[in-house]
Amino acid sequence: MTDTNLLSVANLSVGYSTSQGVVNAVSDVSFDVRRNEVFGIAGESGCGKSTLIRALLRLLSNNGVSTATSITYEGEDVNSFSDDKFRDAILWKRISLVPQSAMNSLNPVYRVGDQVIEAIRAHRSVSRSEARERVEFLFDVVGLQPELMRSYPHEFSGGMRQRAMIAMSLALDPGLIIMDEPTTGLDVLVQEQILRRVREIRAEVSSSIILITHDIAVIAEMSDRISIMYGGKIVESATAIDLFESPFHPYTLGLKNAFPSISVMDNELISIPGTPPALIGEESGCLFEPRCPFSDATCAQILPQSHSVGEMHQVSCHRHTDVTELREKASKKSTWHC
Amino acid sequence: MALLELNNVSRHFELRPGVVERVLRGGKTRVIKAVEAINLSVAKDEILGIAGESGCGKSTTCSMVAGLLPPSSGEVLYRDRNVGEMTSSELNDHRRRVQMIFQDPYESLNPRFRVSDIVSEGPRALRLWGEREIEEQVAAMLAGVGLPAGKYWDRYPHELSGGERQRVGIASALVMKPELVVADEPLSMLDVSIRAGILDLLKELSRQRNFACIYVSHDLSILANIADRLLIMYLGQAVEVGSVHDVIKNPKHPYTRALISAVPVPDPRVKRSPPKIVGEISRPVDPPPGCRFASRCPHADQSCSEVFIKLDTNSPLAHQAACHRLEQINSEAT
Amino acid sequence: MPEGFERGLLARITRTVGEHYRIIHANPLSRIGFWVVSVFTIVAIFAPWLAPHEPWAMQYDSEGSIASLRPPSLEFPVGTTHLGYDLFSQLILATRTTLIIGAVSGFISIVIGANIGLVAGYYGGKIDEILMRLTDVLYGMPFLPFIIILIALFGRKLEFVILAIVLIIWRTSARVIRAQTIAIKQRQFITAAKARGCSNLRIIYRHILPNVLPLLLLYAAFNIAWSIITEASASFLGFGDGTTISWGGMLYELWLSGKTRVAWWWFAAPSLCIITLVTSLVFVSRAYEEVANPRLRKR
Ligand SMILES: Nc1ncnc2c1ncn2[C@@H]1O[C@H](COP(=O)(O)OP(=O)(O)OP(=O)(O)O)[C@@H](O)[C@H]1O
Ligand SMILES: Nc1ncnc2c1ncn2[C@@H]1O[C@H](COP(=O)(O)OP(=O)(O)OP(=O)(O)O)[C@@H](O)[C@H]1O
Ligand SMILES: [Mg+2]
Ligand SMILES: [Mg+2]
Repeated sequence: MTDTNLLSVANLSVGYSTSQGVVNAVSDVSFDVRRNEVFGIAGESGCGKSTLIRALLRLLSNNGVSTATSITYEGEDVNSFSDDKFRDAILWKRISLVPQSAMNSLNPVYRVGDQVIEAIRAHRSVSRSEARERVEFLFDVVGLQPELMRSYPHEFSGGMRQRAMIAMSLALDPGLIIMDEPTTGLDVLVQEQILRRVREIRAEVSSSIILITHDIAVIAEMSDRISIMYGGKIVESATAIDLFESPFHPYTLGLKNAFPSISVMDNELISIPGTPPALIGEESGCLFEPRCPFSDATCAQILPQSHSVGEMHQVSCHRHTDVTELREKASKKSTWHC
Repeated sequence: MALLELNNVSRHFELRPGVVERVLRGGKTRVIKAVEAINLSVAKDEILGIAGESGCGKSTTCSMVAGLLPPSSGEVLYRDRNVGEMTSSELNDHRRRVQMIFQDPYESLNPRFRVSDIVSEGPRALRLWGEREIEEQVAAMLAGVGLPAGKYWDRYPHELSGGERQRVGIASALVMKPELVVADEPLSMLDVSIRAGILDLLKELSRQRNFACIYVSHDLSILANIADRLLIMYLGQAVEVGSVHDVIKNPKHPYTRALISAVPVPDPRVKRSPPKIVGEISRPVDPPPGCRFASRCPHADQSCSEVFIKLDTNSPLAHQAACHRLEQINSEAT
Repeated sequence: MPEGFERGLLARITRTVGEHYRIIHANPLSRIGFWVVSVFTIVAIFAPWLAPHEPWAMQYDSEGSIASLRPPSLEFPVGTTHLGYDLFSQLILATRTTLIIGAVSGFISIVIGANIGLVAGYYGGKIDEILMRLTDVLYGMPFLPFIIILIALFGRKLEFVILAIVLIIWRTSARVIRAQTIAIKQRQFITAAKARGCSNLRIIYRHILPNVLPLLLLYAAFNIAWSIITEASASFLGFGDGTTISWGGMLYELWLSGKTRVAWWWFAAPSLCIITLVTSLVFVSRAYEEVANPRLRKR
């Protein structure tokens, strides 16, 4: 059982201390990533996706504190590693990251190619020319011409920076690649090409991917399993097909509505009204309750537990038994905006 | 009358080889033609969408419109005045009227400013209102983009998520009450639901205050939703322009066709089929004179790599594509 | 407007002070340095009340003879000079002079250096060229002879000592801050500030300055340390202000007395003070080095 899991995370929580109090950006999140799969995480802006992976990779900013009951990677208990040991043994070599802030991650005063070469040579004993060849190959994978290795980050367009970071993340053939919004700056054609190649490379070295994106279409295309986050918690997880064809959580239902479609141009989007939860201080009950058109008295008082509603399909909602009714109502605009 | 007009605007960057390269291998200075002879017009209260390949010159065009980057040739006319010839006080005024929302929210927010300072900076610098009024306007604007002042007022950018930063950038542009908003991928990190809220806000403001908007996005479904007209660019050239409905429902240029056919659908059972274009993503380094898509175009012939048809500015509202072989392509399709 | 602005300003100052306190306290060495510098500062402020004797008053022992060249004892904690002056009192009063010289010339030099660096780096082109050639000229100037000549020309007065020190030490800070300014001016948030209509001066002082601040404080601490060393050297060579007492001046007196080989305490006390204060200042600056180069902290 554990053998199929590459990464297991149990009860991970992160709090940021701010002048207004502690922001519970991630609370009690547990999930597994299997070998050879693409695990998608989607959710509203500010729901804690980046925080989750920064905590996982020990890259939290100074005011953040994370706790977890256990984190195992390839059967190893990495939760007990010291920060330094984790950085040396795991980061980049075995788990790599395409950060959301591609620009912040490139040093503005060094040539982009040199930065990737140095990243390779910091972890592998290869000669400079071998490393250079590798970078040329990787640049080609993401559609950057080899001559671009000599450019500085400010000479890159937004999408080119993002592609350079994708190249960097592939450099050391890590077992797990975490991609935080990797396609925000890429047009659909380039996106298609890069995702296709990343998939090919992944198949070659059989690594897994955690894909974080708000782009429902991309996540649908790429992922094997998907978790939906809301207010720092995972509210629904299922295989991609289950999630799209039989969603349970009202938030997931709302997300599907708000997706603008190119084929039906003039239909009005049904957005989810209300604002995301503040995440400051203790909350009782379901965090989505204030915005949920289906909530009842229990929702406001009791935190919903995770219920299994199918094979590999969990949802944290009190009303998961009434799902047919919810699905029907959710597709009408009047349900959300009255 | 058009609010903004771009006449034959080009922007080139020089790519100088390093000293070693130059001396040892005789490397020559090469030219990146990031934007080439663009003709474009935006009417007031119109939303013009721009889409195109990554690195095709969208951000460069935006910077030129906002007066932050001088064009190498051609003229940018705003209310019939050439931005390149403005005096510095006129340019300041221009920069207030034309506000840019930058593409990278991690780079465009000063790390030492708090959210409230970032958004108030424009009004303060130009003394638009008194301090109290500024405070009110900023708070209202922040609330409008879904960042209630109570929670975010004192935060520093590093304490925000990507989408929250993006909204700070949007607020700091819109609070200036501009006449033209140049938005460079403003919502790329926002999920659909908040995005819908902000699109509504943008539409609402543009109706109320009557402003025009240039909206760059790679997400055609957003453009389909918000834009009136759509401009498609490829490697620095404008290849197609027209009403958003025409361009999306009835694309003419082979690149536009490929682009639209590659839009992913939110359905895990559907896998995108690879588009029917060949070749690699490239860059406009010393490009040949003709159509830059020619080397990847399945319909290209000899003439394509020699002559490029510019879009006609005299009929800015028409649906037109910069392609020689439209008829052939159409007949092949049927 | 003024009211709201002031409220904001006060809050900003408290927050900034708090922030710097935190920065310094995060690093154990800097914490030590900070407290040592604070102790010296308190001594300097209350020097006239803390010193048990007049600095230039002959001290007599219980038998009535002049307490000349006494090693440290309970009565004279750091001993006396050949003329029977109490070195402890001299040391305390010298702390004041030294700190005033250090703080004033450190402050003036960083203000000059920062402004020149910011302006040269931001505007670039001709302005940069002129300002940087100016610093180059100063770089060519050898350090001590320059001071000696200045003092020979204008006389041994505190103001001229400070002036000489300032002229010599602003140049390094100007260079470093120029380099940092050039790096920051290329960042997109500066373009964004321009797009919002900020004037050049506003961009320099409101947008760039806070971002070079850690570096500025690092060099402010360096400059103070350097001023103290420079002052000590100048005084030791007899080019200090003859009417006030400083640590370097104490060493100069020792040299004049010809008792260098006997009176180790006379040598040790001011030297230790110089070393301790300078080292502490460097320790404080360490904290800012980490903030100024975040990459130093990671990896
Ligand atoms: N250093 C910090 N201090 C305080 N709050 C923070 C900090 N970093 C993030 N937050 C808050 O924590 C929440 C989660 O942030 P996170 O970056 O994880 O969001 P996200 O899901 O990645 O969103 P996005 O899709 O917009 O990038 C946000 O509300 C954010 O404001
Ligand atoms: N300062 C510069 N120096 C050299 N080349 C540059 C510079 N700025 C942009 N370029 C080049 O100009 C081209 C267009 O860049 P631009 O940023 O306008 O693209 P874009 O359309 O915004 O792309 P994206 O969608 O990826 O952001 C790119 O090939 C880029 O490498
Ligand atoms: Mg994020
Ligand atoms: Mg761009």
